Amino acid sequence: MSLDRATVIRIANLAKIHIDDSEIDIFTRELSQILNWVEQLNEVDVKNVKPMTGVSGMSLREREDEVLDGGYADKIVKNSKEKKKNSFSVPKVIE
Amino acid sequence: MSNPIKLKGEKFLWEMVIGLEVHAQVKCKSKLFSGAACDFGAEPNSLVSFVDAAMPGMLPVINKEAVNQAIKTGHALNAKINEISVFDRKNYFYPDLPQGYQISQFKSPIVGEGWIDISLEDGSSKRVEIERLHLEQDAGKSTHDQDPNLSFIDLNRSGIPLMEIVSKPDMRDWKEAGAYLRKLRSIVRYIDTCDGNMDEGSLRCDANVSVRTEGDVLGTRCELKNLNSVKFMMKAIEFEANRQIEVLEGGEKVEQETRLYDPNKNETRSMRSKEEAHDYRYFPDPDLLPLHVDLQRINRLKKELPELPDKKKERFEKEYNLSSYDAGVLTADIQHANFFEKVVVGRNVKFTANWIITNFFGMLNDLGKSIDESPVDSEQLGELLDLIQDGTISGRTAKDVFEEMFTKGGNARQIVESKGLKQISNTDELEKMVKDVIDENNKQVEQYRSGNEKLLGWFVGQVMKKTGGTANPKIVNEVILRLLKN
Repeated sequence: MSLDRATVIRIANLAKIHIDDSEIDIFTRELSQILNWVEQLNEVDVKNVKPMTGVSGMSLREREDEVLDGGYADKIVKNSKEKKKNSFSVPKVIE
Repeated sequence: MSNPIKLKGEKFLWEMVIGLEVHAQVKCKSKLFSGAACDFGAEPNSLVSFVDAAMPGMLPVINKEAVNQAIKTGHALNAKINEISVFDRKNYFYPDLPQGYQISQFKSPIVGEGWIDISLEDGSSKRVEIERLHLEQDAGKSTHDQDPNLSFIDLNRSGIPLMEIVSKPDMRDWKEAGAYLRKLRSIVRYIDTCDGNMDEGSLRCDANVSVRTEGDVLGTRCELKNLNSVKFMMKAIEFEANRQIEVLEGGEKVEQETRLYDPNKNETRSMRSKEEAHDYRYFPDPDLLPLHVDLQRINRLKKELPELPDKKKERFEKEYNLSSYDAGVLTADIQHANFFEKVVVGRNVKFTANWIITNFFGMLNDLGKSIDESPVDSEQLGELLDLIQDGTISGRTAKDVFEEMFTKGGNARQIVESKGLKQISNTDELEKMVKDVIDENNKQVEQYRSGNEKLLGWFVGQVMKKTGGTANPKIVNEVILRLLKN
């Protein structure tokens, strides 16, 4: 499977990654190569194989519904640049 | 059979096709994947763990109670519970989503197809099918009105468990959509899996709306957001359907998009920012193994379900011999139903039901109070009803006493005694008063005796005036009739 330039631009946009025009061709080629490599898996016939999510056969561990965490707003916003009364702040986003 | 509203355009008659996505906040103590508390109205970021803030290296661990609540809700929706379900990441960028993705369930939800029956205004009922119910995390909350250039983010809501309940596009007008949302709310409150509070956002709703000429294939739909009451949801659907009809009859196409409802202007408008975001790149969350729930657990939770609204209504009709309408009103909310069942013990059913529906619910409605904010409890109301039933006060006086109990507090008997509102049923005493009235009003007596029988009411009124409204109207009537004949 090979990607076109438009798809690469869209992927970069969705991932919020800035790429220069000069890099588009490089990424188009490299991403296509990765996809081609992964596509080799299609050669294996898995018609009668159940999807596997792990090798250990474990299932999700559940915890009891107890409040054991939180209560440290100061630590949560510690690295925020412009905080106000323990709220994060961001440039105005409004619909 | 239901008879949905059709909309008349310039050229054609149109029908609506509506499906609802309801987000119900799961009632439990802690978050879906962390041990921080799920409370409303706390100080910003005080109910946030490092997991909810998506600090590097933190791992989610699922809350057992949230899973149980989802399974119970699934049962109440007559739905299939899936023994294996999977959590996926739904990727999008927004400041109130610190992870950069929401943990949700995409391909394998915990609850599959089900149905509920809704009751319509004409007394008929309609089955609405449920597509699925899945568990997911809520996002944080942004405030925009504190600063001209900044938005503030509070993550207290981040990670609170939600059940997203998706209906099939089975509703055909806004009334059906309203009835569906009310029924869903009633059910989750009965089984106590969500408090159903739309004001605080614990129950939120998005509507998918499209229109088509009768029997045609499905039209292009728009998703309406920000519908935070049943009333607004119904208005938004009505506006949107008419907007789409105008677009289509004008020869244009409806764009598939997300639209925001503005209750102040009663209109919907496009949310352009969402267009690009629609590629969510779902994939299974590598931090979470598939969730297994065994049949034993599924069946045990089914047994824990209380009597549901439909069953309770049926029982009220049979056990109390109530009309379908009255039973419907009394059982629409679990707390209302419980209140009625407490008051009705040892009292006249029809009288109690009428009083509760008309006066008690009426008063709550007028003051915008919920039943747990009511200053009058079931015992106090019972006492008041007994005073009416044994003739101590008239029905008219009872309403005043009730208003006083509601606004100023106190018990019925105290108020009646301290204000001297006891009904005068003593015939001798009333006869004396009637005689006085007759003596004082010769003119009216003559008119009455010469055939103007309408004046009877006027005489009753005069006696009532003399007694401050406490005379037993039935006895006054009898006495006046008897004395005026002579």
